[in-house]
Amino acid sequence: MLLILVCVLFFTPLSAHALDVPVLKGYVNDYAGMISPTVRSELENELRGFEVSDSTQIVILTVPSLEGEVIEEFSIKVAETWKIGQRVKDNGIIFVVAKQERKMRIEVGRGLEGRLTDLMAGRIIDLVVKPKFKEGDFDGGFTSAISSLIDATRGEFKADETPKKGMKRAFPQFLTFLIIGGIVLLVTGSISRILGGLTGTIGLPSLVHLTLFPLGLITLVLFASLGLLAGIFLPLLFSTGRHRGGGIFPGMFDTGGFDTRGGFFGGGSGGGGDFGGGFSSGGGDFGGGGASGDW
Amino acid sequence: MKRLRMYLVPALMLVTLSGCGYNVMQKNEEAVKAAWGDVEAAYQRRNDLIPNLVEVVKAYAKHERETLTAVTEARAKVGSIQMSKEIIEDPKAFSKFQEAQSAMGSALARLMVVVEQYPDLKANQNFQDLQHQLEGTENRINVARVRYNKAVETFNTSIRIFPNSITNNFLLHLKLKEPFKADAGAEKAPKVQF
Repeated sequence: MLLILVCVLFFTPLSAHALDVPVLKGYVNDYAGMISPTVRSELENELRGFEVSDSTQIVILTVPSLEGEVIEEFSIKVAETWKIGQRVKDNGIIFVVAKQERKMRIEVGRGLEGRLTDLMAGRIIDLVVKPKFKEGDFDGGFTSAISSLIDATRGEFKADETPKKGMKRAFPQFLTFLIIGGIVLLVTGSISRILGGLTGTIGLPSLVHLTLFPLGLITLVLFASLGLLAGIFLPLLFSTGRHRGGGIFPGMFDTGGFDTRGGFFGGGSGGGGDFGGGFSSGGGDFGGGGASGDW
Repeated sequence: MKRLRMYLVPALMLVTLSGCGYNVMQKNEEAVKAAWGDVEAAYQRRNDLIPNLVEVVKAYAKHERETLTAVTEARAKVGSIQMSKEIIEDPKAFSKFQEAQSAMGSALARLMVVVEQYPDLKANQNFQDLQHQLEGTENRINVARVRYNKAVETFNTSIRIFPNSITNNFLLHLKLKEPFKADAGAEKAPKVQF
């Protein structure tokens, strides 16, 4: 019986009554209403400034209740959905607090584990946050937590344009498949325009998704329509033999899409719906490092 | 000429399909190996913490020799098993590995229960630091195992479905990988609640 229970707990993290990952709104996601508005905007400014100077992303998440979930399991789910931190650097931190259960956890991204060790995260929780939270001083607790987290990780990363490398690596592969795909397109297109259009609609998004970057819903529709147009018109262009075919594709790839903000596709497929505050996650990875505590 | 075109399209589609299968299976296998690397690293990390832990506990709880010895022995057993990439394809070796790690986890859990009786030990900063490190490691192990299992599921599915199974049988000969099963005795990671 217990075996089955553990099986269920271990292998079905998305069970029906599990707590859903909240929407990522900004640096401070105070769903439990624990932080006062003035402090919240102070923290937002501080964290924004830190991301600008260091590219490291620190976010706060408070929830009213874990609804039966273990905080570590919830926290890693949030981390995997939100992808805080920049893509290759994995320099994100999430400070999760559950109000009802009085539990907290600092989830540390892979890239910061060397600097902000489990030990340090544990000490921040025990020595900095816990005493303040015990007194009910949540504003103070969060403020000191953020100062400590910033101090612990300052200087580890710099805000530069590293992720562009990913683009350069993937591009030649994309080009190869594009040429092959183009040939297939011409063949199918010469049979019938509909077939060509269909090949393009399915082929182009799949091609981009597999070789360049994962597509969200909007980008999928975008590329599908482009593929449709290409599928209909490209064979036409080539059949008359003269025109400047191949002019359709290169213009699509805006290198701005791979910058440190990552707004184009960083959070597009996950739970991060609204990026109105000018904040978007960078696609960072988490390995389960960090520390938990309670008060 | 028209007839050639008629056959060319399905032929091209078939080629691209199985071509895709070839790449996908390789990619999935690499993902499994990478995930296994994370699992190994996480378990190794726990292993490395043990000696420190034993020393600190010994200083305060000298008389708990049995429990401490159990931990040291469990660690030795784990160390005797070669952690290599081949384990993930060999069901027997894999279950041996999982058993040894699970025994290590149990021994640790028992030690933590014993520690409860020593308030001085619990208050010791060194020990508390080790606590956080141990918890962090156990969490990493859990996360690594879940991700590894997901990678194995993706890979195993990709080599079994049609037409990939054909490509695999004739070209790649990739083997099924072993996932982690729930630990017998249903030990969850030792969570220390003070």
